[in-house]
Amino acid sequence: MIRFERVSKRYPNGREALSELSFGVEQGEMVFLTGRSGAGKSSVLKLIALLERPTRGLVVVNGENTAKLPLRRVPLFRRHIGIVLQDHQLLMDRPVFDNVALPLIVADTSFKEIDRRVRAALDQVGLLGKERVAPIELSAGEQQRVGIARAIVSKPPLLVADEPTGNLDATLAGEVMGLFRRFNEVGVTVVVATHAQHLVQASGCRQIALGDGRLI
Amino acid sequence: MASLSNWIARHGQALISSGGHLARHGFATALTVIVMGLALALPLALDLLVRNARGATGDFSDAVGMSVYLKPQVTEQTARQLAQNLSGHAGVANVTLITATQGLEELRTQSGFGAALDALSDNPLPNVLAIRPAADASSPAQLELLRRAVEAWPEVDSVQLDRDWLLRFDAILDLMRHMLWITATLLAAGVIAVVGNTIRLEIRSRSAEIEVTQLVGGSRAFVRRPFLYTGVLYGLIAGGIAWGIVAAARAALAPSAARLAAAYGQRFLLEGPSACELGWLALAGIVLGWIGAALASAHEIARSGPGRG
Repeated sequence: MIRFERVSKRYPNGREALSELSFGVEQGEMVFLTGRSGAGKSSVLKLIALLERPTRGLVVVNGENTAKLPLRRVPLFRRHIGIVLQDHQLLMDRPVFDNVALPLIVADTSFKEIDRRVRAALDQVGLLGKERVAPIELSAGEQQRVGIARAIVSKPPLLVADEPTGNLDATLAGEVMGLFRRFNEVGVTVVVATHAQHLVQASGCRQIALGDGRLI
Repeated sequence: MASLSNWIARHGQALISSGGHLARHGFATALTVIVMGLALALPLALDLLVRNARGATGDFSDAVGMSVYLKPQVTEQTARQLAQNLSGHAGVANVTLITATQGLEELRTQSGFGAALDALSDNPLPNVLAIRPAADASSPAQLELLRRAVEAWPEVDSVQLDRDWLLRFDAILDLMRHMLWITATLLAAGVIAVVGNTIRLEIRSRSAEIEVTQLVGGSRAFVRRPFLYTGVLYGLIAGGIAWGIVAAARAALAPSAARLAAAYGQRFLLEGPSACELGWLALAGIVLGWIGAALASAHEIARSGPGRG
């Protein structure tokens, strides 16, 4: 599902975030990217979601060599990846329904289908009935779950999450991890970047530990 | 079929959401469309001015004629013959012969130089033919043609158009018509700039939304769509405003124009903007609004590519 081969990433400011990194993630697998902040976790996720391109090396996602993907095909490529960020990037002036529906709207899904799938996604994250609520009225944990519902609403085969529990207390963090486990159980490949070691150990999943942009 | 109705629904939704956005920001919208409306109204007003002026002088054309001064040695007999020939000429309604004797008589009674004229040994005045052109041949160009033809006759000394000012006025109108095109072009560029700048600010204020949309796989076309519709709506509203401005100006000017026409003994209606012009203004507004929005969004919205997504 994901293959990194000798990938280096150097940012314009000269900082080398990744150096000669190689790893793979199988289809249907759930893995954790761990390491201190600055270890390169976010860079790996950005390369997977094509928010960045590698300076050197090969990144293959969903069978696509990301280096060869023309810009105009990037939107289509992203529709097959669910992305969850620490600051969940919700549109605060739109109700929950509109936020979750966004990936379906950009993909020209019919209204009937949108209605059905948004409710299904909200049901999965335990927020059914909050469609008309503004995100600002929700708790931090609920907001993060809206972000997760948005990431899974179009049923992507791959879900990547960058510090999804960063702003949550232990109980809420456990709930969110439970959600990811459940998606993984139905076949979704899941990559979660986190520094919450206890959650990783509790899950029993494989972890890819990064330090200074290399495997450790 | 399903995808077509889906497409229509998508675009309808973008249109409605753009309209809603404009309505929610009523004051900003009003400022923009008023500036655009004024810019669109000016060329139309100028066009109507030229057309009305042309219409008015067309009405006055039956007051236009020309005087043909024959050479002194031409006899009254020959003059009568020439008048006869001229009556048959195309574009001539009728010809009146004012003989030298009649002319002198007129001068004697009207000028008060009676005694001085009596002192002359013989009549210094030539025979004159007064030509009234046909109604369908009274344009300045046609009159000029007739004047040249008559002037070429050997018996003719000179020809004077009674209304030389008409020619000049026509030249002025021509100049104004050309100015109209220059003005319209400049103002169209102005409209594009106003829309472009407004849309640019709007894109900036909605950058978070654009970023999220691109993150979840929204194409550039999708992101640009509501802004293009916003530009089109601006143009459409501005077109309506421009028409309203010109129609109101016409209504305000109609009474004084009627008084002016009455002073010339004419019945003259000030022509106003028609429904057809409303359509053209709306179309111009839509096209210009779209161009402005397209330029601004092409410039402001980066492709959702790596490093910019």
